[in-house]
Amino acid sequence: MSVSSILKIFGLPELASEHGELVDHMNGFVHWFMLVLFVGWSIFLIYVFYRFNQKRNPRADYHGVRGHATTHIEIGVCIVEAILLIGFAFPLWARQADEFPTGPDVVKLRAVGEQFLWTFHYAGNDGVLGGINPKLTTSTNTIGRDASDPNGKDDFLSGGVMRIPVGRPCIVDVRSKDVIHNLALVPMRAAQDATPGVKAHMWFKPTKAGTWDIICGQLCGSGHSQMKATLEVMEQKEFDAWVKEQSDTAIKNAAPAPAAK
Amino acid sequence: MTSSSVHADAAPEADSHAHHAPQSFWSKYIFSVDHKIIGLQYTLTGIFMAVVGVYMSYVFRMHLANPAAHIPFYGVLSPAAYNSLVTNHGTIMIFWVAMPILLAGLGNYCIPLMIGCDDMVFPRVNRLSFQVFFLSTVLLLVGFMAPGGAFGGAWTSYPPLSAKVEYNLTPHGNVIWLLAVALEIVAFLLGGINFVTTAMNSRAKGMKMFDMPVLVWMIVIATIIFMMSVGPLVAGAVMLLLDQTLGTHFFAAQGGDPVLWQHLFWFFGHPEVYVLLLPELGVVCEIICVFSRKPLFGYKTIVYTTFMVGILSMIVWAHHQFIAGIDPRMASIFSLTTIIISIPVAVIMFAMIATLFKGSIEFKVPMLWAIGLIVEFLLGGVTGIYLGSSALDVYFHDTYFVVAHFHYTLIPLVAFGGFAIFTYYFPKVTGKMLDERLGRIHFWGSAIAFNFIFIPLFFSGLAGEHRRIYDYSGFAELTTPHMQSLRTMATHALLVMIAFQIPFVINVIKSLLKGAPAGANPWKANTLEWTADSPPPHGNWAELPEVYRGPYEYSVPGREQDYWPQNAAN
Repeated sequence: MSVSSILKIFGLPELASEHGELVDHMNGFVHWFMLVLFVGWSIFLIYVFYRFNQKRNPRADYHGVRGHATTHIEIGVCIVEAILLIGFAFPLWARQADEFPTGPDVVKLRAVGEQFLWTFHYAGNDGVLGGINPKLTTSTNTIGRDASDPNGKDDFLSGGVMRIPVGRPCIVDVRSKDVIHNLALVPMRAAQDATPGVKAHMWFKPTKAGTWDIICGQLCGSGHSQMKATLEVMEQKEFDAWVKEQSDTAIKNAAPAPAAK
Repeated sequence: MTSSSVHADAAPEADSHAHHAPQSFWSKYIFSVDHKIIGLQYTLTGIFMAVVGVYMSYVFRMHLANPAAHIPFYGVLSPAAYNSLVTNHGTIMIFWVAMPILLAGLGNYCIPLMIGCDDMVFPRVNRLSFQVFFLSTVLLLVGFMAPGGAFGGAWTSYPPLSAKVEYNLTPHGNVIWLLAVALEIVAFLLGGINFVTTAMNSRAKGMKMFDMPVLVWMIVIATIIFMMSVGPLVAGAVMLLLDQTLGTHFFAAQGGDPVLWQHLFWFFGHPEVYVLLLPELGVVCEIICVFSRKPLFGYKTIVYTTFMVGILSMIVWAHHQFIAGIDPRMASIFSLTTIIISIPVAVIMFAMIATLFKGSIEFKVPMLWAIGLIVEFLLGGVTGIYLGSSALDVYFHDTYFVVAHFHYTLIPLVAFGGFAIFTYYFPKVTGKMLDERLGRIHFWGSAIAFNFIFIPLFFSGLAGEHRRIYDYSGFAELTTPHMQSLRTMATHALLVMIAFQIPFVINVIKSLLKGAPAGANPWKANTLEWTADSPPPHGNWAELPEVYRGPYEYSVPGREQDYWPQNAAN
């Protein structure tokens, strides 16, 4: 029985990412710590209310507590909190926020939020994302892709569906066109604000294939609750085939005049 | 002290006012400069706004329990109206309920009475403070009648959503909302100056700083925190107003920075939590001493620790922005300060429990509310540990776990603390005792129902349910019967909690009409406010009290009485 199994009882949803294991473990640890603190305090309080009720103790003791028990408990709590920070929180944060993965294995994509939909921008066959510039946004070029960037020639978009392969680290460049949104990937235990003008990144490594809903995690206007997308974690082969097909189509469309679509 | 001679003249004059009929009502109750009347004006406005705020929560909780259904006393809720109700519920409960009741109402009524002076140092500034506050209240409510509807961009008002009409679709609502908040802050700045100055300058003869009741300390420290943290928000509000009305780009992606607002807002927003917390902790200290007949454990430690809390509270704000794309190295620092601030707060809680230990505890209604506050706040405090750690916060951010967490801190403070204040000071303010039995029904009904509202929401949040979502129907995992039952349970518990306010209303009316006379000191308390008449006249005392000892000399060995008022010569 692991530390985090308490969370299953409490309704924690399915986990599908590598670092999520650590997040859940820490979450479980804090739950136990809180449980011990809360139950301990409650028992002590109930004892105090019972023992020092006016009926049982008609005259209060002017001097009261003289021991150092409270100091010791306080130090104990501090130590657990220190363990929590140094043992769990800092390393986990450093891993997710500072140590981005590198290498050919990494899947790179861009998520662009706008009222009230997500568009996902894929690097295509060359594995390099083309640039975007908000000033180039038009009714056909919805996320402002820079046509002069050679890396962007084989790039393609996927509206509302985020497809990624299982077992490979994935870096998402999270952007917004208008207001602040948040790409909340619950089974990945990952979330990142999409703030206009800010280039924010998050990464995770899916461990399980499946399909989940993506919800917008930052109030973004009257259609906020309809800002839904789908997260599809697929097998490597399936993903490769899909990327190739989409990327080839993109190159074919880009070659002649960009008027067709 | 020259004020005693001034006061000696003022008291008979106040009496004579009563005989001058044409002048009396307006000058005595509406345009009064008396700190007690101003305190009551703040409190009553706060109670009125609490009713408005609860009504809003009733509407959106009813909607969440039964989407798209007709809501009694409202109708059918649209997505835009849902957003503006959620936004204004938060705004009202923080700025128009918690602040006026816990800080302005309590501070105005109690500070001069507790330190033994006849009024605030600047009575007219005090009156202006309430008038500005009243104006801001009217303005906020007018926002609901504005064409396009009231502002619905969350109480945090993040730009660009709040800055541009094309995004928020409330052309007038957003400007009115921002002006109302800015005015409200001006009102509290005016009041705050008075609190600090009065506590420093007008203490009764013989009262040293450490003879002041802890409540006065707490209000003074809270006011200092408020005044230190609010400046950046006012500046931010002016910039946002310019963005809204003149099309400047302070918080726009091109030319400005939307994240700047988040810093300015939370630099105020987090200390604000402690601004609300401290006066409440002060009240709890007073009440548990009186109802356990024991000196406060570690008086000076509490005061010093509170200063620590104040300083630390200024450097925790960025824990609201872990996922906003701030520099990752900053996150760990703010995680650390956030966890550290739990230590001094825990010290204060320990001191309270240690006060109860070996006491002689009597569970009168104010004591029930005070103890209820400690117990419930504990749960709110410990769940903060989850959110303070950056890596866990990423998961919980913007879910109902956060909603449950801050309601578990704020409802104990505002509702439990508010009722503790109300039931404790009702005899002083009105001269009548409240009914104990109705008070107990009110307490137990409300306290139990409260837990059934917010414990389900912890589970919702853990299951990944995000907040501020009008309609969950598109999300299969959030519309399971289990998830819906959690939402429904919270709503039903809210209805029960509202129903349990009926005994309270009956109690107040009944006690005002024919409650037992309270006398000056019904709780046998030591602090100076209980030596004045109930209700205290304009000027508070015929002759200002002189202080001989600290405020917590209960159950002193060798004395027959178990209390020893601060002004008793022996």
